[in-house]
Amino acid sequence: MTTSTNTIEHKVIHDVSPTRKLAIGISEVLIALLIFVVFALNVSGELTTRFVMTPGGINQGTMPDIVMPSQLTLFSLAGIVLAIGIFQLVKGFGKQTNLMVGIAGLFLMLAFLVWQAAGTSVNLAGMLSSAVLLAVPITLGAFSGILAERCGIVNISIEGMMLMASMTATIAGSLSKNIWVGLLGGIASSVLLALILGVLSIKFKVNQTISGTVINIFSAGMTGFISQKFLQMIPHLNQPTMFPRVPLPLLADIPLIGPILFNQNIFVYLMFIILIVLQVALFQTRWGLRFRSVGEHPKAADTLGIDVIKTRYIGVILSGVVAGIGGAFFTLGSVGRFDEGMTAGKGFIGLAAMIFGNWMPLGSLGAGLLFGFADSIGSKLSLLRSVIPPQFMAMAPYLITMIVLAGFIGKGQAPAAEGEPYEKE
Amino acid sequence: MAPILELKGITKRFPGVLANDHIDLTLNKGEILALLGENGAGKSTLMNILYGLYKPDEGEILINGEKVVINSPIDAIEQGVGMVHQHFMLIPVFTVTENVMLGNESIKGPGFLDRDKAAQRITEISDRFNLQVNPNFYVKDIPVGVQQRVEIIKLLYRDAEILIFDEPTAVLTPQEADELFKIMRLLVEQGKSIIFITHKLREVLEISDRIMVIRRGAMVGETTPQEADKSSLAAMMVGREVELEVEKSVSKPGEVVCSIEDLVVVDKRDEICLQGVSLDVHAGEIVGVAGVQGNGQTELVYAITGLLRNTSGMVTILGQDTTRFSPRQITELGTAHIPEDRQQDGLVLPFTVAENLVLCTYYQEPFSKGVLLQYPVIMRNAEKLIEDFDIRTPSAMTSVGTLSGGNQQKVIIARELSRPIKFLVASQPTRGLDVGSIEYIHNQIVKKRDEGAGVLLVSPELDEIMELSDRIAVMYRGQILAIVPNQGISKEYIGLLMAGVVPEGPVPIGESTVVEATF
Amino acid sequence: MFKEKKDPGQIFINEVNGEEPAEEKRKSSFWSKALIPLLAILTGLIIGALLIAVTNQTVWAAFGESFGTGISQAVKEIFTAYGALITGSLGDPSRIVQALGSGDATAIRRAFNPILESLVQATPYIFAGLAVAVGFRSGLFNIGVEGQLFIGAAAATYVGYSITGLPAYIHMPLAFLAGAAGGAFWAFIPGFLKAKTGGHEVINTIMMNWIAFRFTEWLLSGPMTRPGSGGLPLSPIIQDPAKIPQFFPSPIRFHAGFFIALIAAWLVWWLLFKTTWGLNLRTVGTNPRAARYAGLNTSKSIMIGMTLSGALAGMAGAVQILAVNHSMALGLSSGYGFDSIALALIGNNHPAGVILSSLLFGTLRNGATRMMVVSAIPIDIVDVIQAIILMFVAAPAIIRTIYRLRKPKHEEQQVFLSGWGGQS
Repeated sequence: MTTSTNTIEHKVIHDVSPTRKLAIGISEVLIALLIFVVFALNVSGELTTRFVMTPGGINQGTMPDIVMPSQLTLFSLAGIVLAIGIFQLVKGFGKQTNLMVGIAGLFLMLAFLVWQAAGTSVNLAGMLSSAVLLAVPITLGAFSGILAERCGIVNISIEGMMLMASMTATIAGSLSKNIWVGLLGGIASSVLLALILGVLSIKFKVNQTISGTVINIFSAGMTGFISQKFLQMIPHLNQPTMFPRVPLPLLADIPLIGPILFNQNIFVYLMFIILIVLQVALFQTRWGLRFRSVGEHPKAADTLGIDVIKTRYIGVILSGVVAGIGGAFFTLGSVGRFDEGMTAGKGFIGLAAMIFGNWMPLGSLGAGLLFGFADSIGSKLSLLRSVIPPQFMAMAPYLITMIVLAGFIGKGQAPAAEGEPYEKE
Repeated sequence: MAPILELKGITKRFPGVLANDHIDLTLNKGEILALLGENGAGKSTLMNILYGLYKPDEGEILINGEKVVINSPIDAIEQGVGMVHQHFMLIPVFTVTENVMLGNESIKGPGFLDRDKAAQRITEISDRFNLQVNPNFYVKDIPVGVQQRVEIIKLLYRDAEILIFDEPTAVLTPQEADELFKIMRLLVEQGKSIIFITHKLREVLEISDRIMVIRRGAMVGETTPQEADKSSLAAMMVGREVELEVEKSVSKPGEVVCSIEDLVVVDKRDEICLQGVSLDVHAGEIVGVAGVQGNGQTELVYAITGLLRNTSGMVTILGQDTTRFSPRQITELGTAHIPEDRQQDGLVLPFTVAENLVLCTYYQEPFSKGVLLQYPVIMRNAEKLIEDFDIRTPSAMTSVGTLSGGNQQKVIIARELSRPIKFLVASQPTRGLDVGSIEYIHNQIVKKRDEGAGVLLVSPELDEIMELSDRIAVMYRGQILAIVPNQGISKEYIGLLMAGVVPEGPVPIGESTVVEATF
Repeated sequence: MFKEKKDPGQIFINEVNGEEPAEEKRKSSFWSKALIPLLAILTGLIIGALLIAVTNQTVWAAFGESFGTGISQAVKEIFTAYGALITGSLGDPSRIVQALGSGDATAIRRAFNPILESLVQATPYIFAGLAVAVGFRSGLFNIGVEGQLFIGAAAATYVGYSITGLPAYIHMPLAFLAGAAGGAFWAFIPGFLKAKTGGHEVINTIMMNWIAFRFTEWLLSGPMTRPGSGGLPLSPIIQDPAKIPQFFPSPIRFHAGFFIALIAAWLVWWLLFKTTWGLNLRTVGTNPRAARYAGLNTSKSIMIGMTLSGALAGMAGAVQILAVNHSMALGLSSGYGFDSIALALIGNNHPAGVILSSLLFGTLRNGATRMMVVSAIPIDIVDVIQAIILMFVAAPAIIRTIYRLRKPKHEEQQVFLSGWGGQS
C-alpha cells in the first residue's frame, strides 16, 4: 500500500475578517463621498480657507498661516480617503486597518473644518493644541483600562474613579495650597475605589460590570454629597491652583509641533511618559510578560508559579493610579474647580479608545487624540457660526464611541480571560 | 536504589465523594507507568495532588526516598515533577519562547526579557529530544501536535525528571500519537520517568512498562503489558466483564433522509472550515464521522442543524432543501440533535428538568395554548420521560444543573428521542460519561436506527465510530477524504485518513478487524 | 475553530435572576430569600448614619470637647436626621393622630401626605426597576434607563401638548404610549447593535444616555421650547386631557399612575413566567447557546428584550410628565437610571421584588428631602446608601461575614461577566 500526502489548502489566518474588511472599506468610501458631496460641492471655487498655525497667546515655535483653496483641498481630501477605501476593499490594510480608519476619520474632520471655514480663517494649531489637552482624560482612561484588562479585569468604573479623583484633587489642592498634594490626593482616592473594585471582583468574584457600576453610583453620590455639603458652602475648598503651561526647552520652539505637544501642562507630559513606560513594561519586561499571561490564561500562569490574585490586584491598583491622574486633570489641569458630574462620560469613552487602539498603549493614544480632536472641533464650532446646533456636535464623541464598538471589535484581540474571576482549584 | 517517586496512602475526599482511597503508587527511574481508569475514577485527582493543585487529606509523597511536601505547582516543579495537561496550558498569542520562559524568564538588565537566550536553550532541548519546535512561532499558528511538544519543552526547560502525561492522545491522530510515543521512549532512554494517564487500552499495552489500574478512587491492580490483554484490563477497570461490542444487527438502509452536497462553510471569523463536503445518510443506517477534533465536524453538524449558514452547497433533509432553514424549522421536519457540549448547548442548567424536556417544543400544543404555557401538561410529560428514560432526579422540578453528567445527557436523549424523528444528529453523545451510561446511550442510538431513523454520529473517539457505524466518513481539514463501509476496515487505514493521508489502492477490507470498547 | 468563548456572564445573570435550583426555590420561604437584601439595606442605612455623623461640623466640634460629647452629639444628629427621614416619608404619627381626632378631611389628607408622596416617588421607580429587571431576565444589562426615560418623557410631552381636542380617555393613553414608544426606540438601538454587531450594551446604553441628554436639551431649547421662556430649555405645559388624574387637591400629588405601575408589574410577571414569549426571553437570557440550539431566534430575543426594557423606562418618564410635572425640563430625572439597577437587583429581578424595593427607595428619597431641610444633608446620600446596598446584594459573602450567616447549600459564588464580546 503506497501513501501520498494529500495537500489541502487550509484556513487563512486573518488579522481582519473579510466581513469587517468589507464593512470598513465601504465606510471609508462613504466618508469620501460625504466629503465630496456635502462639503466640496457646497463650496464655491474661489473661496480660500486660512488655517492659523500658531495657537493664540504663544510666541514660541511660531509658524506662518496656511492659506488653501477650499474646494480644491476638499477634492483632494475626498480623493485620498477614496483611495484608502478602495485599497481597503481590494487588498486590505491588515494590522494597519484601524490606523487607516483613524486617518480617514481625521481627514473627515479636517474636511469639515475646511468647509466650515471656507472664506474665513480658523486657528487649526489652537484646535490641535486643545485637542491634545482634551485627549488627556480619554487617553489616560484608556491606559487605565489597559492596565486592568491586560490582567483580566474589566474596569467600567474608570468614570467613577476619575470623578472621585477630580473632586479629591480639588479639595486636597485647595486645603494644602499645594498642587502636587492635590494630584496625590486625587490618585489616592481613585486607588481606594480601585481597591474596592479589586476586592469585589477578585476576592468576592462579583460580576465585574456590577462591581464597576457600584463604584460609579457610589462616586456620583459621594461627590454630589460632598460637593453640596461642603464645596458649595465653603468656596475656598474648591479653589485649587492649576498646573501651568510648561514649555519644554528647545522642543517647544519647533514650529507647529512645539506649541501643540511641548507647550502644555504636566498632564500632557505625564500622558506621554505613561505611554512609553506602559509600552515598554508590558511588552519588553518580565513583569509585563507575567502580567499579560494572567489576562490571557490565568491557570497556565498559576501552574508556572505566577500569583494570579496578586497580579490582578496590582493591575487594578495601577489602573486606579492612572485613572486618578486622569481625574485630577479635570480640576487641576483643565477647569480649575470641581463641578458635579464633570467627567461627562470621558471614562467610558476612554474604554472605547482602548478597544479602538487594540488594547495597545500607542493605539489608544491615537484613538484618544482622535476623540480629543472631535471634541475640540465641537467646542470651537460656535466660533465658526455653524448652522449645526452645538448639542449635535457635542454628541459626536458618544456617537463615535458607538460606531467604534459596533465595528472594530474583532475576536481575539481582547485579553482572553478578561472578565473571568480566577478560581483556584 | 529507592524509586524516584513513591505515593503512600494518598486519600482525598470531596463533599460526598471519596476521590482517592489510600492509594499507593511507585514509579521507578526510566520507566513509563500507565495509570488506567475510567472517566471519574480518580486518576486526575491523584495527579493533581502530585502536582500540588490539590492537597491530600492523608498520605505522603516521597521523591528519591525523601519525604516532600507539595503545596503548589511551584513546589512540584522544584521537586522535578512536571505535567503535560490534557487542556494545554499555553497562551496562543505568545510565542513558543514566551510560553516556555514564562515564570522562569531569562533577563538582561533590570527585568528586561532576553528572548534570544531562552530561544537558544529551547532549540537545544528541541534538538536533543528531536522535538522539532521553532521557538519564534506564535503558539496559535502551530498545529496541535507541536503545541503538545511545546508543553513537553516547558517541563524539560525546568529540568523536570518526572513527567506526567494526562490523556495526551485525546487531541492527536493515531499517527501523531505514534510520534508522541517515540518521543516518550526517547525521554525515558535519556533517564526521565513518565506517568501516563489514559483510559485507552490499546495505548496502555503499546507504550507502558507497567500498568496500574484505578477504579472508584482505589488502586485495584497492577500488571504489565506482557501479562495483560484488553479484556482483562477492561474488566479490571470497570469491575465486571464488559461487552466490548454493542449487539447490533446488519443495517437495512432505506431512502436518503439527509443529503449534503458540496457544502462550503465559513465560520464567524471568516475562516473556511468546510470545503465541499458531500454526504448522504440513509434511513436505518448510522454514518459515523471520524476525524481529529477541530477538522470541521462541529461546523458540519451546525450547518446541518441550521446553526451556521453555509456559503455554498446544499443540505436536503427528508426531501426538503433546508439550506436556508432555521434550526426550529429543521427540528420540526423530524430532526433530532444531540449537541457535543451538553451543558453549553443542550441544556439550560438553572431551568428545571421539566422545562428542559420541552426546550424545543414548548411553543407547540399541548405544551402551550396560544402564548400561554400549560404547566400541568409540561409536568406530566416530564414525569413520563423520567420514567421511560430512567433519569435519576429527585423530581421534575429539580434544576438540571444539579444532576450528574450521565443524567443530564439522559435528559437530552429523552427530549430528542421521545419525539417521532426520522433523522438523528448525535455529536459526541458519550463524551465524559461512565461505561454504564455509554452502553445505555449506544443502545438507544442503535435502537433508533433499527426503528428506521437515519443517524449521523460524530465523534473524535475512533473506537466509538468503528463500533456503532455502518459507514464511516473521515474528515480532515474541512473535507471528507473518504466514505467507507464499516466492514472489516482497519483502524490503521482510518488513522491514516484522519492524518490527511489518502492511501492509494483499493480499500483494504478484511485486514485486521480489531474493535474495542470506547473507554 | 468554532469554539465560542463560553459566556460566564450567564452564570451571574442566572444568580441575579434567582434562577437557582428549583427544589430550593419551592422550599425556601420569603424570609430566607429576603434575608440578604434586608440585611444589606440595614447595613447600608447604618453606614449612611455614620456618613451623616462623620460629615457633620457640630459633631466635629463636640469631639473637640471630649469623646463622650462627640458620641452623644453624633447619635443626636443621626436621630434628628433619620427622624426627619421617617416623618418626611411616612408622616408624623402625632400629627396623624391629631388629624384623625379632629375629623377634618383636609387635615387628615395633609397628615397622610408624606406617605402618599412616597408612593408618588415610588411610581417611576417601579417602571424603571421593571425595565432593568426585564433586561436582566433577557440577559441584558440596561444601564441606559436614564436616557430612555428622557426620550420617553419628551415623546409623552410632545403628544401631551401638541395635540388638542382629544377626549381624556384617548389623549392620556396616547401620550403614555408615546412615552413607551420613545423609550422603546431609544433602547432598540443598542439592542440592535448588540444583536447584529456584538457591540456591548453596557457602554452603548451609557453613550445613548449622553446623546439623549444633548438631544432633549436641543429639543427643549429649540423645536419643543415653551413660547416666551426666553430660550430656557423648558417645554409647554401639556393639555388637560393628557394629564393622569391626581386623586386629591394640591399639594397632594398622589395619582393614578401608581396603579398603572402595579398593573405593569403584574403584566411583566405574567409575560415572563406564564407565556411562551417569557420562556423564550428567559431561555435566551440564561443560556443563549442552548436557546439557539433549541431553535430560538436569539438576536430577535435580544432586540425584543431590550425594546421591552426601554418601553418600561419610557413609561417611567411618561408617568412623571403626565401625572406630576405636566411639562418637561432638563432636571427631570434625579438619577433614575442608576437607581433602577439597584432596585432590580435588590428585588431579585422579580416584579414583586421590584415593587417592594421601589417602595423602599421611593420612601427613602421622599424622606431625604425633609432630611435635607432639617439636617442640611444633601439628597445624594441616598445614592451613596444605594451603592452600598447594591454592593452588599452583589457580594452576599460580605453580608454573611458581617452577620456570621451560614452559606446556603446551592449558592454559587461564581458571579462574573465576560469581556467586550464582539462578533462571536
